[in-house]
Amino acid sequence: MLTPEQIETKLDRILLKVQKPGRYVGGELNSVVKDWDSADVRVALVFPDIYDIGVSNVGLKILYDQVNQRGDALAERAYAPWTDMEALMRAEGIPLYALESKRPLSGFDLVGFSLPYETLYTNALNLLDLAGIPLRAGERGAEHPIVIAGGHSTINPEPMHAFMDAFVIGEGEEVIHDIINVLKLRNTQYAVRDDLLLALAKIPGVYVPRFYQPHYMDDGTIARVETLAEGIANPVVKRIVAKLPPPPTKFIVPNIEVVHNRASVEITRGCTRGCRYCHAGMITRPVRERRVDEIVAAAREAVRSTGFEELALLSLSSSDYTHIEELVAAIGEEFKDEKLTVSLPSLRIESVSIDLVDKLRGRRGSGFTLAPEAATERMRRIINKFIPDEDIINTTREIYRRGWTNIKLYFMIGHPSETLEDVQAIADLCKRVIAEGRKVAGMKVKLHAGVSTFVPKPQTPFQWVSCDTRENILAKQALLKRELRDRNIKLSWTKPEDTLLESFLSRGDRRLAEVIFTAWKNGAKFDAWEEHRRFETWMSAFAEHGLDPAFYTHRPRRADEIFAWDHITAAVRKKYLFQDFRRSLEGHIRVDCRLNCYACGILPTFADLRRDNPGEGWKCPDVKSPRKADVSDRGQPLAVR
Amino acid sequence: MRLRVAFSKQGALRYIGHLDLHTLLERAARRAALPLVYSQGFHPAPKIQIAAALPLGFSSRAEMADLWLSEDRDLASLRADLQSALPRDIQILDVQQADDRAPALQTLVVAAEYEATIPDEFASDLTSRLAALMEAESLPRVRRGKAYDLRPLMESLEAAPAESSGETRVLLRLAAREGATGRPDEVLAALGIPPESARVERIRLIFRD
Repeated sequence: MLTPEQIETKLDRILLKVQKPGRYVGGELNSVVKDWDSADVRVALVFPDIYDIGVSNVGLKILYDQVNQRGDALAERAYAPWTDMEALMRAEGIPLYALESKRPLSGFDLVGFSLPYETLYTNALNLLDLAGIPLRAGERGAEHPIVIAGGHSTINPEPMHAFMDAFVIGEGEEVIHDIINVLKLRNTQYAVRDDLLLALAKIPGVYVPRFYQPHYMDDGTIARVETLAEGIANPVVKRIVAKLPPPPTKFIVPNIEVVHNRASVEITRGCTRGCRYCHAGMITRPVRERRVDEIVAAAREAVRSTGFEELALLSLSSSDYTHIEELVAAIGEEFKDEKLTVSLPSLRIESVSIDLVDKLRGRRGSGFTLAPEAATERMRRIINKFIPDEDIINTTREIYRRGWTNIKLYFMIGHPSETLEDVQAIADLCKRVIAEGRKVAGMKVKLHAGVSTFVPKPQTPFQWVSCDTRENILAKQALLKRELRDRNIKLSWTKPEDTLLESFLSRGDRRLAEVIFTAWKNGAKFDAWEEHRRFETWMSAFAEHGLDPAFYTHRPRRADEIFAWDHITAAVRKKYLFQDFRRSLEGHIRVDCRLNCYACGILPTFADLRRDNPGEGWKCPDVKSPRKADVSDRGQPLAVR
Repeated sequence: MRLRVAFSKQGALRYIGHLDLHTLLERAARRAALPLVYSQGFHPAPKIQIAAALPLGFSSRAEMADLWLSEDRDLASLRADLQSALPRDIQILDVQQADDRAPALQTLVVAAEYEATIPDEFASDLTSRLAALMEAESLPRVRRGKAYDLRPLMESLEAAPAESSGETRVLLRLAAREGATGRPDEVLAALGIPPESARVERIRLIFRD
């Protein structure tokens, strides 16, 4: 294994030949360089896309803090080198290394990948290969790190099961400590790798694929998933934290320009809106909020310790934060004398939202973003995001009137049962928005319609539906392109190939692992990048393994089908999801669940956590029933089906 | 008040370019709660001037920047605050108050001195090779599609005794005026020394009076 000094010497010979060498050298303010030899457990946290995107990932930042706060462990970072750097690293024999110590990843005890979206899968394989770590979990021995993954896409871990020793299901803040505590015993109690993996598998929220065996029916669907070891959970229930811990504030300050040059504070986690297409909204329940004073203090500390020009207040739905008015007033007051841009994403379509952004001194002339998602009443009922046209027109008119010249509206096509009339309505609505805008602000007003294509996601009410076909998607996009020719309307859309790729990876089973492997071997990587699109490579990988992508993308699922991911649960019951799917077909909407609990399954699963944390913090009702006697003492979730 | 900060730039920060260094200094000043002066207009920019761009990959123990503050501060405490707000690979060497009406820092630089540490395999006859290069009438070169003469940009070249065995040092004094800047890697290449085999550090900026 190369030493850090050897790696640095080799790097000095190649770094001037690559674009943005600052990506590969570390040395950022707030990065933590700990003494290698005094740590019992060394963790490499990997975001499998380039530094420019990965360095501001908040999830990994939380874990980086959690691990580095321990006296007995250290965490370092690695990102995917861009293709120019990768080629030189391979040519010079430089393995993937961590930025802090310049040590090869293969020398760490734990390599943790963040996989928030599916198009990172091939990059994860590529990075394991670049690190010299066997790609397949079954080929790793005592000398190799334990490789784990977490993040939203791993709520269906099966397509990547072959490459990860374990997955973290749900939130990482607490489980990372449980994992490190087990790894501390790797040279004593758990010297045999299988024993170590079994100990990990017994941690609530940790899924170790090798201890689960799916059995298939003749039609390729799942018959059942067998558990191969005693004492492990089936289903594996996601971990949550009862109370959001203090947010990280010492963000890494990159020395080069990256995508998000900003500090951020998560104001709430979870969402009560129940939009049926929304993966995040279904799998991050329950809603937990931070207090205003805690958010303001964290924002102050984050700005002080980073010097960033921008602060983002993060949540899935800012308008739904209980104390949003109070928060905005407090943030405005706290930073009133400073040159700081504050961004507040995911605002509801109503004039109050404009007041909120106004109070944050959001720069006029820059854009204002809203997400109506659909443009007919029928579609809005189906997806459970009901915003009347008049609200959209009144709000956008007011935004233009108050001096913003650019509005971005997000829509989605390809929702279940959508027709060309529903898509026509998107074009009509856009034209009306800009026509109304011109009345109040003249010809300079601009509209950006971002129209993506819906991908059915596991663990949502739409997990039963078929993805829209390539032909339909193209016809709908052609309609939009034809209709939205106004030179002040900009239209952007998703290529159908990208939608299909995301679609089969999202609802794949274990057999997709071989497809992913073959696609990677034949050159697929950076699948989220337009210039790396290799759809044909993916199609031939399917063919090579005798699988049909349409089985994953275009097959309406039986009502009673056992899904490949059913032995993993985000604690929202499948029965609830199916009932909500049925309500969708009937056009029934469900209002914000703060107003009325629909018993999605979160509360019975996490009853003890809720009982111990009553009141404001959660947006679920309090649990009054007495604690059951047989529940473990450390917040272990109890699955109730 | 106009501050003149001398600093070193080493380690990872060798790979940070001129514009990124500008942002880095701005953020460091903000972290240190120094009241920077900003330009007027739609995109206010802080008033910061860096004496001379340092080519990517070279370290330096002689960088200099001017920062304008909207109020006077005590230099000693300011230096400590700024240092603790900087990444570890930048060390402040000196902080002075500069004359507010003095010309822009960039226009004051005339030359820069570099120290190149080269592998011994390229060290034979070094002194005579340096002399031969200095005696050349002209050294036509092309950089970014533009033809120029390297020779008048070389003010002096000399071999220096090595501190440790196995390495040899070359001291280069090159012009660093606006529009006439000599690059040490080009000089090394002219000497037949692959620039990537050398460690180059800027050791001094020379200003006009």
